[in-house]
Amino acid sequence: MAKLEVVQILTKKDSGRIWNVSWHPKGDVLASCGEDKCIRIWAKDLLGKWTNKIVLTDGHKRTIRQVAWSPCGNYLASAGFDATTCIWSKQDGEFECNATLEGHENEVKSVAWSKSGQYLGTCSRDKSVWIWEVAEENEYDCAAVLNAHTQDVKKIIWHPKKDILASASYDNTIKFFREDVSDGDWVCCGTLVGHDSTVWSISFDGDGSRLASCSDDCTIKIWKEYVPGNPEGVATVDNDSTWKCVCTLSGQHSRTIYDINWCPITGLLATACADDSVRIFKEDVGSDLSAPTFNLICNVEKAHNEDVNCVSWNPTAKGLLATCSDDGEIKIWNFIDN
Amino acid sequence: MPFGTQLENQNPTLYSKSADRLVTQEEYNDDIADDFDEREIFDLIRNINDPEHPLTLEELHVVRQNLISVENDKNNVFINFTPTIPHCSMATLIGLSIRVKLLRCLPPRFKVKVEVTPGTHNAEHQVNKQLADKERVAAALENSHLIKVINQCIAPRNRA
Repeated sequence: MAKLEVVQILTKKDSGRIWNVSWHPKGDVLASCGEDKCIRIWAKDLLGKWTNKIVLTDGHKRTIRQVAWSPCGNYLASAGFDATTCIWSKQDGEFECNATLEGHENEVKSVAWSKSGQYLGTCSRDKSVWIWEVAEENEYDCAAVLNAHTQDVKKIIWHPKKDILASASYDNTIKFFREDVSDGDWVCCGTLVGHDSTVWSISFDGDGSRLASCSDDCTIKIWKEYVPGNPEGVATVDNDSTWKCVCTLSGQHSRTIYDINWCPITGLLATACADDSVRIFKEDVGSDLSAPTFNLICNVEKAHNEDVNCVSWNPTAKGLLATCSDDGEIKIWNFIDN
Repeated sequence: MPFGTQLENQNPTLYSKSADRLVTQEEYNDDIADDFDEREIFDLIRNINDPEHPLTLEELHVVRQNLISVENDKNNVFINFTPTIPHCSMATLIGLSIRVKLLRCLPPRFKVKVEVTPGTHNAEHQVNKQLADKERVAAALENSHLIKVINQCIAPRNRA
């Protein structure tokens, strides 16, 4: 039987709800954030225990919803309910906030760096998605303000290989954005309709040809890319790929699913649910790409004492998973597949 | 009156209040486990003030004991509230006050769901979705103006 074993529980008294955890691209450092307006940086001490090394304060005046490391690992971006995004960089061993991105009308819900490191995306309750171009040192130029969603935008992620941004919203849809090569404008190049309520989170698989989404409708959906001229004959428009829902996993979650993460190393899907559970799904070997099947292989009930807000696979250590919760705890787990 | 000069519902129907709950000897006995029940949840929210009238949610029949259900072992609390009129613009604020009151009073293990009684509000689905979105609720509670209004609704009022 597959199982998740707790490696360590990380807590700080009175930190309140923890919204998000993010692994450094090297996998040896973890950043966390939440309603206490602080960012905590965790790393292993000499005895191999995860320890809180640094606390970053003074960046935000309100809750910090999400943190994200740049692909090079030198920068950390934080999205705040105070409508700002802060960029932190490490200089002389200390983190400093060197840029504050302003422009959103209200809460910034998510922030993400493109794989190329050239772009940063942010999204907000003001329904917009902003693309920032990384210019010189600590300079960020707004390249686009995208108003395609009709409601609160919950989460954005970049494609693992291309400069394509995906966004998930309270309007129940997922959208894709890319730069139009002819005029340099950013455009919406796809809308995925299928969820019946808020889409809280999305995650690409390792090569970016599939996307997993999770929702307040208590389902997970797997979307597959059909490139122009695909052998299956799925119609495409304007040389853009068409994304189709090829699998819906329902009946496995009893409450809102707040986060989903697709491990690029193992291909396992992990979910964070408001029923306090963490679940792991595995794709059947040899399952049909156009109608794949996934099985629940591990269900940790009471993984936390309250809602689980985030699940994140370590990018380098196989099977290492970090989760965080409304109960104020971060847990590091080891996935064992027997 | 915090919301303009015109009352939305000028003449709300008034209902009588229920009697105080009888406290039994058993409840004073620490050796007997005392689960949360509908009446206790009702007692926590019945005296929340209406944002518009100097009346409680109980007196306006916005909250009623028979529209509350508790599954103590499963940590579930489910509350239906009934706006006094179907286009009530205060519906979200009332629901938020109920949520905040229970957030503060109940142990954190409880999952509280606050919804409009089916068929009693024009924007029922919208109000329910907003009240169920904990991220938006969290952001709302960081809004100093809003939390002041909510606290005024929750705080017991001294009335003759």
